[in-house]
Amino acid sequence: MRSIQLRLAPALVCAAICLAAARLPSAFADDNVPPEMSYGPRFIQSDGAALYRATCRGCHMPDGEGAKGAGMYPALAGNPQLVTGAYVADVVLHGRNGMPGFGDRMSNDQVAAVVNYVRTNFGNQSTDPLSAADVANMR
Amino acid sequence: MTKTTNEVDDRPRNSVKTRRQLLTLAGEVGGVAAMYQAMTALGFAAESSYSGPINLQDAPKGSSVLILGAGIAGLVAAYELRRAGYEVTVLEYNRRAGGRAWTIRGGDEYTELGGFRQSCEFDEGLYFNPGPWRIPFHHHAILDYAKRFGVALEPFIQVNYNAYVHGRNAFGGKPQRYRHVQADYQGHVAELLAKAANGHQLDAELSREDQDRLLESLRAWGALDRQFRYATNTNSSDRRGYAVDPGGGLMPDAVPSEPLDRNELLRSRLWRAIAAGTEYEFQSTIFQPVGGMDQIAMAVYRQVKDVVRFNAKVTKIDQNDKGVTVTYADASDAGAPPRLATADWCICTIPLSILSQIEVTASQPMRDAIHAVPYAAGFKAGLQFKRKFWEQDEHIYGGISYSDLPINRISYPSTGYGQPGKGVVVGSYVFGPNAFEFSAMAPQERLREVLRQGAQIHPQYPDEFENGISVGWHRVPWSNGCYGLWSEKARDAHYKNLCQIDGRLALAGEHASYLPAWQEGAVLSALDAVQRLHARIKSGN
Repeated sequence: MRSIQLRLAPALVCAAICLAAARLPSAFADDNVPPEMSYGPRFIQSDGAALYRATCRGCHMPDGEGAKGAGMYPALAGNPQLVTGAYVADVVLHGRNGMPGFGDRMSNDQVAAVVNYVRTNFGNQSTDPLSAADVANMR
Repeated sequence: MTKTTNEVDDRPRNSVKTRRQLLTLAGEVGGVAAMYQAMTALGFAAESSYSGPINLQDAPKGSSVLILGAGIAGLVAAYELRRAGYEVTVLEYNRRAGGRAWTIRGGDEYTELGGFRQSCEFDEGLYFNPGPWRIPFHHHAILDYAKRFGVALEPFIQVNYNAYVHGRNAFGGKPQRYRHVQADYQGHVAELLAKAANGHQLDAELSREDQDRLLESLRAWGALDRQFRYATNTNSSDRRGYAVDPGGGLMPDAVPSEPLDRNELLRSRLWRAIAAGTEYEFQSTIFQPVGGMDQIAMAVYRQVKDVVRFNAKVTKIDQNDKGVTVTYADASDAGAPPRLATADWCICTIPLSILSQIEVTASQPMRDAIHAVPYAAGFKAGLQFKRKFWEQDEHIYGGISYSDLPINRISYPSTGYGQPGKGVVVGSYVFGPNAFEFSAMAPQERLREVLRQGAQIHPQYPDEFENGISVGWHRVPWSNGCYGLWSEKARDAHYKNLCQIDGRLALAGEHASYLPAWQEGAVLSALDAVQRLHARIKSGN
């Protein structure tokens, strides 16, 4: 079986990852640690980074760079709107335009964790984390 | 099944009234978001009210309509308006028609948002439908277009009694045959209810005579013996199958099989899978077009191909009392100067996830409606295997196996039975959190996971897997999600506003229907929009 060539993307650049063939020689290798996936109608992850990886990354991309197609997903990296924690929590809880809300799928702790994560990563440097109680008040 | 207070059901929802009617019939759904159903079924579809081909005529001479999107809604609108005599132009973002009615075949390349590129390596003749894959018998409008344009249909095998039902904690993780789960659930429940009747616990509910009828029905429905027990015998084996099947000549005698333990079956929750085929939108006969779901959209496209412009990314929809002006860019060249398309009228079928990011001149209520609909996550993976091991080893011909693993289900091709050679299986189809999670992975990670999980049901996976491809709908560059997820509150506040003719603009698409994520919703919304628009035009506004 052929091996896959991967070009790793530098931190803030969205690189094309080309697969000559979607074959997986290592699909069943013992050293693969399966990703933590949810079981049921709610997300199972509790850590902010894990929640980002589980869901936000799907649209906002691995380095928070956003994406452009017929429409777009906003970048989280260096996005001034993230300075306001309450705004981010509101969007995560209730959604905005095409983005679904995650309030029914995440607890207050989880929402706080992922909001605090995006506001302290991707070049964002907020120093005022939200608490689960803050999130609860916004539901 | 109990509903926890925070369970979320991600299935498309149709109108509140219709849902309430249906919910009185299907007691276990609605408020109860069972795990399988929360992540499998697409909710309820009201019977289509299609009454046959429309025959719009006598468009005012020289009158023009611009149609945005060449998915099934846009194609149907284009076809019908052109037939009426309008000058029609269709702008489409992709380099192909069909939109979400998409079939992926060997040789197709797909680049998702983020730049992750996949190359489909299926053998010739094999395919995978990442979007719609079934058409219910009561989706009259889309079936009518298939008929009118000569698209062959074949049955989609929704229920295969020999497919598996799997739960990670059920029976030690060993997949069970659907026929065992269904027959045994029914048999054990029948036995319990018969005991209740014979123990006089139903005397307040039913007369003696009605209880006798009930017992008779339970014996028939549950395959009970003369003592109203569900046991190891030919009665139950004639439902669930034998341990040794009847043979011919001097072959061994048939041996009845032993039912699953009642309490273990109840605790396993595997019974959640056996309702799927009974739902109105999944009942036999349910169809797929021969050769791929895109065959219907392609047939409509062939009727209007000379007026479709591909590679057009709409950036602005403007209108005034004189007409509509749409600004569009070259979808593959951000540096190219934008172009303008003008017409008297416009039917826009762009998904709201995208449309909400485009500047639209319309009333505030319509714009509010466009911004009111989030898009649901959905995920599918197609896997090619070297041989049809599900048929050869396990005698599963078409149909669906269910699991509570994140892959949610495995679906076997409803075509090409018994033919030598390779086959493509849908290795996962799921909504909800798992759909978000798969979509967030890079394609090779998704396949790794889909294969690892599927191997728990089919150990042949590692030896037989050849190649695969996956679609996470939030990564689809022209869709930004799988379908419009209307809440009841949003429907009440915004749906009718969304469907109004706003000046010279009308919207259509599955989001402008009560059949979310179904092509029928897209087709009916297009037919309704063109009829209303034509009526307004003919009446001189």
